[in-house]
Amino acid sequence: MHDVKTDAALDSAWSGGKSPFAIGSKKLGMWLFIVSDTLTFSVLLITYSYSRLTNNPDWPRPFPIFPAIAFSTTMTIVLLASSLTMVMAVMASQRNDRKKTVMWMVATMVGGLLFTGLHLTEWMNMIFKEHFTITGNPEGTPLFGAVFFGITGLHMTHVMIGVIYLGIVAVGYGRGKYSAEDVEVNGLYWHFVDLVWMFVFPLIYLMSVKY
Amino acid sequence: MSSDAHAVEAHAGASVGTNVAIWVGLVAITFLEVFLAYEQLQPSVMLTVLVVLSVVKAGMIMSYFMHLKFEKLSLVLLLIPAMIFCICMMFIFFFPEAFRLLQMRPH
Repeated sequence: MHDVKTDAALDSAWSGGKSPFAIGSKKLGMWLFIVSDTLTFSVLLITYSYSRLTNNPDWPRPFPIFPAIAFSTTMTIVLLASSLTMVMAVMASQRNDRKKTVMWMVATMVGGLLFTGLHLTEWMNMIFKEHFTITGNPEGTPLFGAVFFGITGLHMTHVMIGVIYLGIVAVGYGRGKYSAEDVEVNGLYWHFVDLVWMFVFPLIYLMSVKY
Repeated sequence: MSSDAHAVEAHAGASVGTNVAIWVGLVAITFLEVFLAYEQLQPSVMLTVLVVLSVVKAGMIMSYFMHLKFEKLSLVLLLIPAMIFCICMMFIFFFPEAFRLLQMRPH
């Protein structure tokens, strides 16, 4: 038996009868994770900015405009391009076009792998040619290494997890195991990884340009 | 009533053209940031300008790519104000101390 009054109350967005946010639980879960991860990166970037300002004259500036900044700008464009391919994947999944969705997701994975490859190349160059390590460097404040490798390393870990996540969802969606919502939730994670880089690139790289 | 079934209903998002325009905008701001780095501004001015431009880029990504512009207002209110509040709390410790320490440095 349905009580009309109870049904009316459950229809209210804030009563719990309907989803108050009009999204699925997976998407809400991903958004809440993104907010918590945003705070993790915020803490790291704010403490970095603090150290950067207070150690200003001694802070190492290991990135000349060419080749280092040109290289990291290319990495930024690659990551941004992978975000656009992810948008295309989500749009294709909402049209139920499984083939195109998987194709765009594979393109996104290629972007992620390319970004990781470029990033590791840069790390190798810094570690073996310029002798920057987590605990020291030849140019100034030793803290630079911990900050640089810590923040960019945490971001790169997110990118690699994102590539694996994309692979799992692409295979599952291609086989009909996952829904369009799963692709969209995967997209949220990938855009978040891109969003974090939009802060890491200017704050870490552009604040330490060698003139 | 299944909340998930309710939620998965497709909602209108931005068109391909709009998303491409947002992407071009993001790339343009990236090049502007690189140009500013080339101009050798003071670190404190540079930091402020870069943070403002990054916040603009983050807003573009969240609104369009992450679809937040097309979600219900209740979701935006759940996520954004609390996050901004927490980040502002971190800055309470940042500003006075960072500038005080900068002035205490031997010249």
